Amino acid sequence: MSVKLNTRQVGDVSVVDVAGRITLGEGSSALRDTLRDMVSRNQKKILLNLGEVSYIDSSGIGELVSGFTTVANSGGQLKLLNLTKRVKDLLQITKLYTVFDVHEDEAGAIRSFA
Amino acid sequence: MREPSRHETETLERFLDSNLASVDSAEEIAIAVAKRAGFDEDELLKIGMAVRESMVNAVVHGNRYNANKKVRFSVAKNSERFTVRVADEGEGFDYEQLPDPLAPENLLRSSGRGIFLIRSFMDEMLVRRLEPGGMEVTLIKYVAAK
Repeated sequence: MSVKLNTRQVGDVSVVDVAGRITLGEGSSALRDTLRDMVSRNQKKILLNLGEVSYIDSSGIGELVSGFTTVANSGGQLKLLNLTKRVKDLLQITKLYTVFDVHEDEAGAIRSFA
Repeated sequence: MREPSRHETETLERFLDSNLASVDSAEEIAIAVAKRAGFDEDELLKIGMAVRESMVNAVVHGNRYNANKKVRFSVAKNSERFTVRVADEGEGFDYEQLPDPLAPENLLRSSGRGIFLIRSFMDEMLVRRLEPGGMEVTLIKYVAAK
């Protein structure tokens, strides 16, 4: 599988550890399905740990954006943690870096949820 | 077979199936040739991403995964430039009418960033309609004089 997703709970925050490639196909679909599942189970605080994401294409970015809006529309928050340089650069050139709440340490990210 | 050296001209052409495996293949081929052209790791990453986005457009939007349609993929290098051409057999699109993904009203759209990324990563991107149908995208990255 091109992407591996591991979900864990830290208090009332759901942390999704994402590893591998988030590209059109298996990778982006897996992320989409996981986030939709979490929203359907009324999870309001979601932290995507992207520290092990080796590659992301425009479809993968699209899924991050789609996840962000879906969670927000359900009254929740989706935040990002541990962006690699590659992902950070992509989010910056697509002007999405300031859209997301991005963190570099997990404890701080967890505390930031309202 | 001896691999072409950095300054030698090299040309490759493939007719690829309209599926996601072809996207991976094209990316690998392009990166291999680009590496022989002397691009560094950062540039190889950008080239790979641009090729991937072009191939996805051809497979998904152009040929719509149609098993009866092929993507013509070619890579060429010489001492001055590295060129990739991706041609589909689809209905074509109006390149000038694509929404700007950086416009505030489009920022949260879930798609529409592929061509923007291609233009960001390559030195030139040319688009033309083919007769009797389809689109061809040409990506060019100039080889720095060293």
